[in-house]
Parts: sequence; structure tokens; C-alpha cells
Amino acid sequence: MAALRTSTTRLLQATRVSQPIWRRAFASVEPVGAAGQTTTTANRPVVPESKTSTVKEPVVDKDAKIKSFHIYRWNPDEPTSKPRMQTYTLDLNKTGPMVLDALIRIKNEVDPTLTFRRSCREGICGSCAMNIDGVNTLACLCRIPTDTAKETRIYPLPHTYVVKDLVPDMTLFYKQYRSIKPYLQRDTPPPDGRENRQSQAERRKLDGLYECILCACCSTSCPSYWWNTEEYLGPAVLLQSYRWIADSRDEKTEERKDALNNGMSLYRCHTILNCSRTCPKGLNPALAIAEIKKSMAFS
Amino acid sequence: MLAQRSLQQSVRRLAAQQPGRIGITRFAAPAAIATGHAMPQWRQVTTQNVSQDTDILAKQRLHRPVAPHLGIYRPQITWIPSMFNRITGLMLSGPLYLFSMAYLVAPLMGWHLESQSIAAAFGALPVIAKVGVKGLIAWPFTFHSLNGVRHLMWDFALGFKNKTVAQTGWTVVGLSAVTAIALALM
Repeated sequence: MAALRTSTTRLLQATRVSQPIWRRAFASVEPVGAAGQTTTTANRPVVPESKTSTVKEPVVDKDAKIKSFHIYRWNPDEPTSKPRMQTYTLDLNKTGPMVLDALIRIKNEVDPTLTFRRSCREGICGSCAMNIDGVNTLACLCRIPTDTAKETRIYPLPHTYVVKDLVPDMTLFYKQYRSIKPYLQRDTPPPDGRENRQSQAERRKLDGLYECILCACCSTSCPSYWWNTEEYLGPAVLLQSYRWIADSRDEKTEERKDALNNGMSLYRCHTILNCSRTCPKGLNPALAIAEIKKSMAFS
Repeated sequence: MLAQRSLQQSVRRLAAQQPGRIGITRFAAPAAIATGHAMPQWRQVTTQNVSQDTDILAKQRLHRPVAPHLGIYRPQITWIPSMFNRITGLMLSGPLYLFSMAYLVAPLMGWHLESQSIAAAFGALPVIAKVGVKGLIAWPFTFHSLNGVRHLMWDFALGFKNKTVAQTGWTVVGLSAVTAIALALM
């Protein structure tokens, strides 16, 4: 409600000084009250849920299975405010089985300001990647733990810049993906003039690599990627890099390996193995990275 | 004059474009050309540059918080032993470097760091302290060595299944504890 009130007052102010109407399309960064005077750093502590109010299930039944969800909130309209943990309680009897169902229900019925990405609800788009109960996964593939005594905590992907609530900024991740040239590179035309053919054995090498949906769960679970986001490519991008190194049709294998042959791009991988453990598609980025390292060491 | 010329032109164009066709299109096309409907469109209003407010977005980026990471990630057999691998490495190499340098400068400073004097000093300690000091050196050594075997295995791209990683991880934790206690009690 407070958020609504501030936005209306800002709208009124906007009409008073007659700003162009399209300005409202963007979230404003004008300082909000006295909070605007404080300096901000990127790494701000989260206000714990014990210090924020709880948003309750609208109508509670007799035999309701009430479960608490602590969800990370941060609003770019109030940029100087701290991120906080907001608690929502839901009746699991009225909620679908997956965490994404809970989030959608909160957004539809309780708090429409809650922001998250979602699209396919079946684990193929990778939009709803987030940190649920301390592990990165897709909200649509993660069942709500039915134990109502335990509270579920939902954060955005770890060590990413937060755009709003559970929405991380993926710009750098996509830039890194582009940097490995994720497409077939060939100079010679195919022998029969029609298709670049592969044997079944060669095709089998790509199994477990091409299925990656680039949800960034693995990259953002990697402590090494947390500390060296700018230079280390991270498990997801390296898995994709190996997907093209292992492809028999690609002719730029050596160039691809050369591009990784420096201290940061590849070798910041210290085989921590969080990536393989967390992958919601059951892929093994750590193995792909090990294969790249091996092929570079023995070539 | 002008209308006449344009009609003439359209008839000529029509003749050049579709010499064989007959029917209603024959009359529709010249009409369209004559009234200017076939002419390329041009817009009188310039388009609005939508990206003029990027400075607002840039400012907003400066204020973005970093999502919580180390403090909220669930402790797992993957990253906690990895962390301890580095810590135990420092616990082994740090004292080695410090002692080596101290040993080098010992004659200059008049310290007694020879084996005999150290052994005598250690022998004078109570049993609890002896076991404690030995354990404090033994555990980093056993853990780092055994985990090092895992790393050698991984360098050959072996043992990357999630189940194998958990099994070898807990094996190293258990074996290092047992061997460290055995070494400490020796």
C-alpha cells in the first residue's frame, strides 16, 4: 500500500512539472525523501524477514496447510532502500505443486508487485532460474517442500545484479556467451555440396551438451564465478564452448581452444563442482570443462 | 497538363508490366498508379528516439544491489571441501615458509631452531597439548593430500558423476579425520 501511495504522489508531481509522458515508462531514480541522501554501495545487507511484515493467505480454511515463503524483494523505484525479505503465507491445498505455482499465486492473489521471470512453466525456457532453499534451480521444476514446518527461502540467482525482486541482470552472461562464438565455423564447403554430415559416434559426443538451456543456474552457483564474474566465463558458457569444440563439423577447434588459453577464461575453474550438482537439466558442466582442460593439456 | 502526363505514364507502365493480362486488374492498376497509391510511402512525422532516457537506466544500474551469495547458498559436499582444500593448503604452506625463513635468520638473531631444541621443547609439553599440536598439523596434511588425489583424478576427467563426487568427498572427509587422529596419537 505504501508503495502505491508513493507512486501516486510521484505521478502527481510529474504532472505538476509537466514532464513528457514517456518518462513514466521508466522507473525513476530520483531520491525518495531523506533516504536519497544516504550513499549506496552495490553490496547491501538484506533486511531479514523478522523486521518486515507478513502478507497472509487471504482466506484461511480449517484444515489449511499453511507454509511460509520468504522472498527477496528490492524495488528499483526506491533505489537507495535496502533489499528485504518479505514473508508470504500460502495454503498448499490451494496451490499447485511447484514453487513457480506458488509465486504465480502470490502475484495473482496476494501481492501483484512481486516480480519474477517465467515463461514455459516446464523447464525448457530457463526464465524462472532462482535460488530456492539455498540451491539454484528452476522454480517450475522445483516442488514445494510439503513440510509446512520448514520455511522456504527464495532469492535471485546468487551474486548477480538485481534488476527487481527475483529478476537478475543477465547482460554479462549473454555477452560472455556471444564471446565464444556459439555457431558452426567452417571454411570448406560440405563434400557433397549439401550437408555437413556426421557419424553417429560423432553426434553422440554432443549429447549432454546441446540440451543446455542457458538458465545460468550453474554459473551463478560457482564461487569462482562469483569472485571473477568479469573474466571467468563460468560453467554454462564453457559447456557451450565445449559443445562447439567437440563438434566434428566445426573447423575452428584450435582457435576456440586458443581463445580459452589464458589464466582467467577457463582456468578459474577449480573443480568445485557446484555447477553439476545444481544443473536443473541434469547436465554436467564440470565434466565438459575437465574435457576442455584435458584436451588442452594433452594436445 | 499534369494529369494528362501522369495518365499517359501510367498507361505506359501498365503496358510494360503486364502485357498479356486481362480483366479487372487491368483497370485497377492504372487507377492506383494514377492516384499515387502505388508510390512509395513517406512519413511526415519523425520517429521518437526511445533510447534518450538511457541515462536514467544507467543511473539505476549504479544502485543495483548484488544478490546474496556465500551466506545463503546451501552447504554442500561440493564447495565446502573445496574451500577447506584451499584453507588446508594455506595452513600447510604458510607455516612451512615462515619456519624456513625463521630457520635461515635464526643464527643471526640467536634463535635456537635446531631439531634437538625443538624436540626438547615439544617433549616438555603436556600430553593434551602434544596431541593437539600434532592434530592441528596432521589434519590439514591428510585432508589436503587425500583431496589432492581427487583433483588428480578430475584432471583426467574421471569421477564427475554427482553421486561419485559425493561419495569420494565424504570418503576424503572420513579418511582424513581417521588418519589425522591416528597420526596425532602416534
